[in-house]
Order: sequence, then structure tokens, then C-alpha cells
Amino acid sequence: MQVTRRLLLGASGALALPGLVRAQGSAPIRIGEINSYTTQPAFTLPYRNAMQLAVEAVNAKGGVLGRPLELITRDDAGRPQDAVRLAGELVNDQKVDILAGAYLSNVGLALSEYAAQNKRIYVGGEPLTDSIVWERGNRYTFRLRPSTYMQAAILAEEAARLPAKRWVTVSPNYEFGQSGVKWFRQLLTARRPDVTFVGEQWPALGRVDAGATVQALEQMKPDGIFNVLFGTDLTNFVRQGNTRGLFENRAVVSLLTGEPEYLDPLGDEAPEGWIVTGYPGEAIDTPAHKAFASAYRGKFNAKPMCGSLVGYSLILSIAAGIARAESVNMEKMVEGFRGVGFDTPAGPVSYRAIDHQGTLGVYVGRTALKDGAGIMADWRYIDGKDLLPDDAFVRKLRPADA
Amino acid sequence: MSVLVVRGLHKSFGGVEAVGDVSFAVAPGEMLALIGPNGAGKSTCFNMVGGQLPPDSGSVRLDGREITGLSPRAISGHGVGRTFQITATFGSMTVRENVQMALLAHHREIWRFWRPAAARHVAAAEALLAQVGLEAQAGRAAGVLAYGDLKRLELAIALGNAPRLLLMDEPTAGMAPAERVALMQLTRRIASGRGVAVLFTEHDMDVVFDVSDRILVLNRGRLIAEGDGAAIRANPAVREIYLGTGATSGGH
Amino acid sequence: MDFIIPQLLTGLAGASSLFLVAVGLTIIFGVTRIVNFSHGSLMMLGAYIGWSILTRLPRDPEWFVLGIAATVLCTAAIGVVLEVVVLRRVYRAPELFQLLATFGVVLILQDVTLWIWGPVELPLPRPRWLRGFVTILDSRFPVYDLVLIAVGPAVLGILWLVMNRTRWGTLVRAATLDREMVAALGVDQRLLFTSVFALGAGLAGLGGALSLPNASANLQIDLSVITDAFVVVVVGGLGSLAGAFVASLLIGILQAFGIVLVPQSTLVLVFLVMAVVLVFRPNGLMGRPQAEAREATLAAPVVRPAPRVLRILGAVALLLAVAAPFLAGDYYLTVLTDGAVALLFATSLHFMMGPGGMASFGHAAWFGIGAYAAGLMSQWLGAPMPLALLAAPLAAGIVAALFGWFVARLSGVYLSMLTLAFAQIVWAVSFQWVEVTGGDNGLLGLWPPGWARDPAVYYWITLALSVGVAMLLRRMLYSPYGYALRAARDSAVRAQSIGLDVQRLRIVALVVAGAAAGLSGALFSYAKGGVFPTYISIPHSVEALLMVLLGGLQTVAGPIVGALVYTGLADILVRSTDLWRLVLGAVIVLLVVAFPEGVAGAARRLWLRGREA
Repeated sequence: MQVTRRLLLGASGALALPGLVRAQGSAPIRIGEINSYTTQPAFTLPYRNAMQLAVEAVNAKGGVLGRPLELITRDDAGRPQDAVRLAGELVNDQKVDILAGAYLSNVGLALSEYAAQNKRIYVGGEPLTDSIVWERGNRYTFRLRPSTYMQAAILAEEAARLPAKRWVTVSPNYEFGQSGVKWFRQLLTARRPDVTFVGEQWPALGRVDAGATVQALEQMKPDGIFNVLFGTDLTNFVRQGNTRGLFENRAVVSLLTGEPEYLDPLGDEAPEGWIVTGYPGEAIDTPAHKAFASAYRGKFNAKPMCGSLVGYSLILSIAAGIARAESVNMEKMVEGFRGVGFDTPAGPVSYRAIDHQGTLGVYVGRTALKDGAGIMADWRYIDGKDLLPDDAFVRKLRPADA
Repeated sequence: MSVLVVRGLHKSFGGVEAVGDVSFAVAPGEMLALIGPNGAGKSTCFNMVGGQLPPDSGSVRLDGREITGLSPRAISGHGVGRTFQITATFGSMTVRENVQMALLAHHREIWRFWRPAAARHVAAAEALLAQVGLEAQAGRAAGVLAYGDLKRLELAIALGNAPRLLLMDEPTAGMAPAERVALMQLTRRIASGRGVAVLFTEHDMDVVFDVSDRILVLNRGRLIAEGDGAAIRANPAVREIYLGTGATSGGH
Repeated sequence: MDFIIPQLLTGLAGASSLFLVAVGLTIIFGVTRIVNFSHGSLMMLGAYIGWSILTRLPRDPEWFVLGIAATVLCTAAIGVVLEVVVLRRVYRAPELFQLLATFGVVLILQDVTLWIWGPVELPLPRPRWLRGFVTILDSRFPVYDLVLIAVGPAVLGILWLVMNRTRWGTLVRAATLDREMVAALGVDQRLLFTSVFALGAGLAGLGGALSLPNASANLQIDLSVITDAFVVVVVGGLGSLAGAFVASLLIGILQAFGIVLVPQSTLVLVFLVMAVVLVFRPNGLMGRPQAEAREATLAAPVVRPAPRVLRILGAVALLLAVAAPFLAGDYYLTVLTDGAVALLFATSLHFMMGPGGMASFGHAAWFGIGAYAAGLMSQWLGAPMPLALLAAPLAAGIVAALFGWFVARLSGVYLSMLTLAFAQIVWAVSFQWVEVTGGDNGLLGLWPPGWARDPAVYYWITLALSVGVAMLLRRMLYSPYGYALRAARDSAVRAQSIGLDVQRLRIVALVVAGAAAGLSGALFSYAKGGVFPTYISIPHSVEALLMVLLGGLQTVAGPIVGALVYTGLADILVRSTDLWRLVLGAVIVLLVVAFPEGVAGAARRLWLRGREA
């Protein structure tokens, strides 16, 4: 049982290095990574697996600057305050050279604050919040994954092509949900002045009363539904929506639903024809991705999840940034990371100099059923740089000194 | 002049009259017993005087001041001390501290947040304890006292308020007969010595006839007899309810 | 208006689900007086076990029913194990320790469930018959929800028959009214408790398994369900079956219509219902006043000044703490800063809970209000740190005074539950009111000014304020006010009869405790660089309880020892294993079994052995 073994190895386990490299006498470059391993295991464990894979891949090629990478992970228990404390431990006690991690946006922001305050570089993999690179962006923080804005932008673009005019939104009532809805409304209305938003539902995160929510949405008689629910909320929502016929003859546009983390649990009840962002996984047939997917399957006997792609790319981006900086000096690393390009299984990506946002792209497609399971069909990959707003927009949001 | 004057007290629960038109008075130094069979309205009457229950009508005056319907706390402030059928003391304090607590409350020193309480009113507390014969136990935890001693402690606490009136609800319940008489004679001495009026309920008729100056007999919420021991003993109506209903003097 | 009928039916289905969650909890509480935090975990196990059984059975309705029945038996068996292995050993401990033990069980079961079933949520594949619907007024309504609507009253009816037509039921009802009396009747209390726990656990399992067709087995069930269950049980009246049913209906229907009318407020709505009900009916809709809790009748030990040795030990510890920046590395300094904050947090809870007799299940609310007061002052008004640190206790104290007016009239578990509800409302506001509080992203950039930025300096500031305020609180406990507060706890009737204003004493205790906790929250925020809704989470409130109870309720040193032990233990565990919840849970259970009077309490007993008259 893979999960169990990883759990037992645990947060303490610095991943074993090939003894050969250590014998050469060059001290490893230490990456201190903090994530919600106990509270969000479904997303963070495939992510940690892939980081491990990437570290081994980098080290097999001789490491970075002739030094191997070493990964130390910690569990933040879903609490930003714990993440900050552990960041201190990793920096002061474990002497890591670089901080990384976070799945939850608030953990990511807390770590980015720590980074700015202590002038330590921090690379966020998963957190989606826009403010980590915009309103609260800072010199020491980089973020890899496409943000809420980017995901909403491509969905708004897709939605604008639909005939639907009366839209409703359903979204968990917290920052991620609220900004997802905000951007979608703003960007769709800009493209299609004729659409109206006739209603919204804001179930509490993790506590959706799906029957009542679906019934309330049904009552609004919309043409299109924009959904930001995910995880258990999504499961409950989809089941009630299927039974009550909410999705029939309606366009549904849905954030993140194409990620296998969210799509797989729906099983044969996965909705068909929703326009979603996500991750087609092993269906991606570029050589780079095929190599990654088969290595992942070879090592963990499981298909890569979206988190796996992010974890793998995160380590590669760190390796590339340090290599470009030619040093683990903080200020040099910041310059090294700014604008660095690197290859990921999804394609070439860079950290933009203007806001430190990674240009990892978004897969967008339609959900479909195949062999009793949900998949993404008709998908395409849109490079992240094409989804980001113009520089003036970014400069207005991001602090000048960042 | 009487310390306590009760006029025309009425109380009904859900349309059933528990106490109707009860009037009496207690003089300084007097011990007035309130007796009657179960359900006669003793407790209701007592609780209306003590403030635990508001009366429907009637008045309760203490030293001429109207205290009808005030809260137990306010009534205590007017100089009424009280003991309970089930002893109520402060278990996490020593015997001395229990009395000190009452003295602190009496001197309105509760809302002080700095100086240690343990040093306040030590001598006064020990004097009160001496009065009830507990001076040797002053440093012990109240929670470990024997039952009879707890009753004495309650008395000392009640006296800490320098009361004009002492309300004692079944003061000897649960005690051995010899202790009962001892406690009530102690109360008698204190009442006489301090000029405190004492109103008490009691089911032990020996105690009642032994220590009370006057006795009130309640039945079905009505006052049916009033007088000294001999008069009450001879009263046919009292004999009727006590013998006729089969209730015995020692029964609960 | 044609939305009313479908929405009403949906509300009824929701009410049935709520009832199934709550009914087992209320039965267990009624008889054993245990606030069973692990009830949600049992429901989670019910969902997972149900999933495992149902996915292995044919998908026809009759097999579904059989599978559910098997799940109920399994969770009932788990309940028996839990009762026999853990709870039976702590019935004699004060009530709150049992709560602590059940919280330890929650932590253990989280990791055990993850171990067995893995991290991914497991929805039950629905066969066609479970996806069916009927058309009611042009709306499609799920057949399964109709089934649920029927299940709630059916369970209520069966339980009513059991309770009123069997000898066992009569005993359960008698025990709910008066436990001591039943014990005196010579009934085998062990068997009664075990069987009641089995019934409660089985009902939790039923709730979990029946939720599968609409939801999934997932690792979040335990804590999300337990708050719902608490609310229903408290609104209905602890121990009252019919009350739980009425409360479920009330909340389920309000929820269904609340979603239509004010979609943003659903979370707060539930807790507001609870707060309003408790204000007007302090024992819930159909509850009776609780008999005096055992703790009250059981004399608390006499509080005496600390022995000399302890004072010397304390002084040495304080000296060491002051010298720590010269001895410990940067990281351990941050852990010590956290420890100092925890010390104040725990001491403040102890103040209202020990001498004040008001056990708060939502103490994190004051911590959070203080933190947000400081954060908002700094963010919107640009207030410097000293001003923000001053604003925190003020704000928390003012809110505590308002809240105290509601809560000081309640007692026992109702009071605890209202504090929990209040904390949940504060949490929901901070989490959802993004424009002001920043939502889950929190308020960021709250760092100490230049002169205090050095970790050592900030540590000293935290230490000075935490220890200073803790000493003040201690001083207060020995003052006339502290004695009066303790007197009101020991015997409210006696306190009133000597002229003490019990309500006011308790409100002031709440204000003092709230203000002190508020300061600890602000200190914590400056140490972490931000304020987050997680400060107000239920686990954080439970942490405070853990620290106080582990340390010992009846000693002033207790919360201090508890805070330091807990902070150290949690730090070491989190860094050394991903299974920290399992280990922490096991440690809590063991400590509760071994030291029912807390660590400091046990030390005190050993110390006093042979010294006390």
C-alpha cells in the first residue's frame, strides 16, 4: 500500500540520496517543503510522490551546480500558522536553501509573507490565489500553477462562445470561490455584454446542502451554470443535480472539475459535456509527458494526478532557477528565478519577471464518460502566458517594490 | 417592633393555590417555627420571604422596608441570613475562608482585584467560628467536614452577614437527634444574644417545641394555628391534621 | 411560489439526515453524560464501512438494506470496543476528561481511516434505482430523498417503542433522568452504558451509511458532522429524542429556505438558530434542567498558595525562559514564543473554567477576536504594534461582555455549546467576509516594528506580556473577586444568599478571560505575520481545553504546565511523523486514563500525599 508506506516514512524523512553523490563530498542543496499532507492527502500525496521522482531525476543527471537536491517535507495540518513555524524550523534548524510548497492559498500566502519578511526565496506550487503574485506579491515569492484568474479566464472565453445568456453561479463561500466567480463574471461580461447573471449560490465550503442548492438553482431557470465547487461538495452537488435534472439542456462551465482528483471520485456519475479546466493525465501524448507518466507509473504503480504534474514541475523549476542563478545566495536566486525557463511534462514554462507567475498552462476541455469513468475529452493546452492579463493590469495590482 | 412582617402572601402554581393569605411577624430575638404536613406550603412561604420565589400578592417587610419580590441577593443585602435544607458551603475553601467570604460580601469588598483575600477579616471570621464551636476546624477544607459541622459552618456563614433575620430551612434535616437539639440550642443562644429574629421550618416536633418561642402551623397553604408550644399542642385543628392524616412528626 | 413544496421536501430530507446524525449522540449523552466528540468519527466509519460492504454486494434494494444493517452492526461493535477499552476507564473522571478522551479517539480514527481506506473520497456507485426521481409540481425530486424523509420518523418511532415498551428502554429513560438512582437500584450500570453506547454508535453508523447515496465516504465527515450534531442535540435539549427530531426539522427547513433567501448566510444561520433558542430556552426546546453536574457536588480541592518548592521551581523556570535567547537557536525561540502565547491562552481559559466553572468549547473565539482586532487596526488604521496589542484585549473584552450577557445565565454543557456556537459564528464571519477580513487568506503583513523584529526581542515581549498577564490573573484569583468567583462556582445558591451577584461575577470572569485570550491572539499574530480564520477553528478551541485539562483544572500551575507540555509535544510530533494525529490521540487517551486530574494535578497529589490533614 503506497500511501501507507509514504505516511510511515513521513514528514521527517528526507528523501534518501544515492550514496554515490554524497560520497563526492558536495553538500546537497536542501529544499524545505511544507504542505497539507494530513488534511489534504488526496491532493498532496501524489504531489509529494512526483516531487520525489523529480528529485531523483535531477540527481541522476548530476544534480544542480554539481550538488544533489535534497527534499525535506513537513505537514502544516492545514494551518497557515503552523506553516510559518515550520518554515522557521526548515530555515533555521534544517538550514534549507529554498522554501517551497503549500496547497491551500492561505498557507501559500503565509509562507510568502514569511519569505518576504525573512528574505528567503519561496516557490509555491499549488496555491491558486491571485494575490500571492499580485496584490500581495513580493520579491521573494514565485508561484508555478495557473491562478484562479487564469483558470477563470479560459473558461470565460469558452463560455462566451455559448448561446447561453442567463447565467447562475455556485461557489464555495470563501476567497477562492469568490474570486473565481468575480473573474468569470467580469471577463464573460466584457466579452458578452448581453449575458446576465440571474442568481448565485454560496454554500459553505465542505458543507454544501446539495439538494437545497440544486433546487434553488433550478428555480432560477438559467441557461448556463458556472460552478466552482470541488471535492466532496462537487460530489454531492453532481449527484443531486443529476437526479434532479439540473444539468439537462444547460451549459455548465466548471473550474478544476477536469482534474482527476475531482473527476475520478464521481465515477460513472461524472457529468458529460461540462466545459472544464483540468488535467487529462495519461491521455496527453507529447513525448515529454509520456516519459513523465510512464516513469511515475513505473515507480508508484498509479496514474499521475494533476498534483503530480505540479509537484514534478515544481522541482524542475527550482533546479532550473538555481542553475541559472549559479548560486544558492538568496538575492542571486531571485534574479535567477526571474524569467527562468524550464521544461515541464506539459511543455516549456517560465517564471515571468513582471509578477513571478509561472506560465504553466491550463488544459481545457469537455467532460465525457469512458468505461464508466469521467475523462476530459476534446481538450487542448493553452500556454499560461496567453491567459495572463496585460502588463499594465498587473502593475496596477502588484506592489511597485516587489 | 417586629423585624419581619409578612402580610397577606399569596402564591399559585398553574391555578393551584400553594399559599393563601398568610400573615405573621417575627420579633428580634424571637424564634418562630413554621410547621405543617408535606405540601402545606412551608417551602413556598419560606422561598417568598427569602426571595427565591416572587409572591403573587402580599407584602414582606423587613424592619419596615418593603422587600417583596426582591432577588435573594438583594434580600441578603438587607440583612437576611439563610441556611439550606441541603447544606450549601464553598467546598474549595477552608472553613475559615467560607466565613471570610461572607464577611467580604457583607463589607462589600467583592469587587477588589488586587489584595489577597486570605488576609481579610481573619479575626472576625475566627470569632464567628468560635461562636459556633468550629474554631479548631478553621484550617480544614469545608468539603471534609462532618455533616453536623457543616450545618454549624452554614450558621457561621449566615451570621457573617450580621443579619437581622435568619431563615433556616429544615436546619436539622439529616442529623442525629442529639445533634439536632444541640444545633438549635446554639441557634437559640445566638438569637437571644444578638437579637436576631429566626424563622425556621422543621419537621422534628421535639426540636420545634423545645426551642421555638412561637409556632405557625400551615395546612394547604393556609395558616391554621399560631401560638406557643402548649397552645399548639392543645389545638384541635393541629391535632386533626397531624394525627388525622396519618403523618407522623418524624416523617419527611 | 411553486418553489415552496420542493424546497420544503428537500428541507425534510435534510432534516432526516440531521436527525440520524444527532439521535445517537443525544441518547449517549442522556445516559452517560459524555459529550462524545467521536460521534462524528463513528459516522465517518459508518460511511466507509458501508461503502466497503455495499460495493461488494449486489446492487438491488434488498441487498442495500442488508448492507446498511450490516454496517450498523459493525459500527455498534466498534462502539462497544470504544466504550470498553477507553470510556469505561474514565467514567469516574470529571466529565470534561471524557470529552478529552473522545477527542483523542477522533484523532486516532482520522489516521486509522486514512490508513485503511486511503486519502481519496469514496462515493458509492449508485445503481439505477437510487438515481430515480418523481415529478412533483414540475420539479424532479429524488426517490432516495423521499426514502430519507420516511427514515427519520421511522427511526424515531422505533426508538420510541424501544424506550417505552421494553425494560431496557425504561432503564435508559430512568438513567437519563437520574443516573445515581438507577445505580442505586442495583442495575448493572456497565452493561447499560455499553449497550447504550452500542446503540448510539450503531445509529451513527446508520447515519453514515445512509448518507452514501447522496454524498461520499470522506475524511472530512467527522468534524463537519459533529458540529451539526451538537447543534441539533443542544437545540432539541440534551438527551431528548423528540427534541432532537424537532430541532432537526427546524434546522433542516430553515436551511432549505435560507439558501433561497440569503444564500451567503447558511453557515451562520444554523448557529444563530442555536443561540436564539438557548437565549429563550436555556435547556433547549424539549430539554429539562440538568441535575447539578457531579463535579459541582464533588468538592473541588481547596486552593492553597503554592508550596515553596513550587515557587522556587517556577522562578527557576522563569529565569531559564528569560535566558532562553542566549541558549536556544532561532527555531526553538519561535517554539518558545508559541509556548508563551499558549501559556496565556490556556491560563485565560483556566480562569473562567476552573475558578469560574464555565467550560468554554469555543475559547479560540477570543483568541481570534483579539488577533483580528490587532490585524484590522494595523491594516485599516495603520496602528503601531503597541496600540494594536492594546486594542486586542479591549475588543475581545467588549465582545465578551456582550456575549457574557447571553451565556452567564446558562450552565453546564449548554453553556459550553453556546460558546462553541459563538466561536463558529466568529469563524464563519472571518472566513466568509472576504472584503474585511481577507477571508481564508487572512490579514497579512502583520510583523513587529523594527525595534521588536529580532526574534529574541519579540520573544521577550511575548514572554513578559504572557507571564505578566498570567501572574495578574493568578493574583486576581487570590483576591476577594477571585474568591467570590470560586464561591459562585462552588455553590450558586449559597453565593446568592450571602449577597454575591453570581451573573455579574461570571460575566466579569468571561471578560477577563476573553481579554487575556485576545492579547494572546494578537501576540501570536505578530509572531506569525498574519491573522487567519484557522485561529478560530474548533481544533484550536479544543487545544486550549487540552492544555488546561492535561495540566489540571484545579491548580493554578496546571494550565501553564499543560500549555508547555502540549506545545512541545505537538511540535516534536508534527515534525517527526505524518502519523502525528494517531500518536497525539493515543497520548491524550493514555494521559486521561492515567492522570484524570491532569499532569500538574497528579504531581500535586503525589506531593501532598501525607501532608494534607
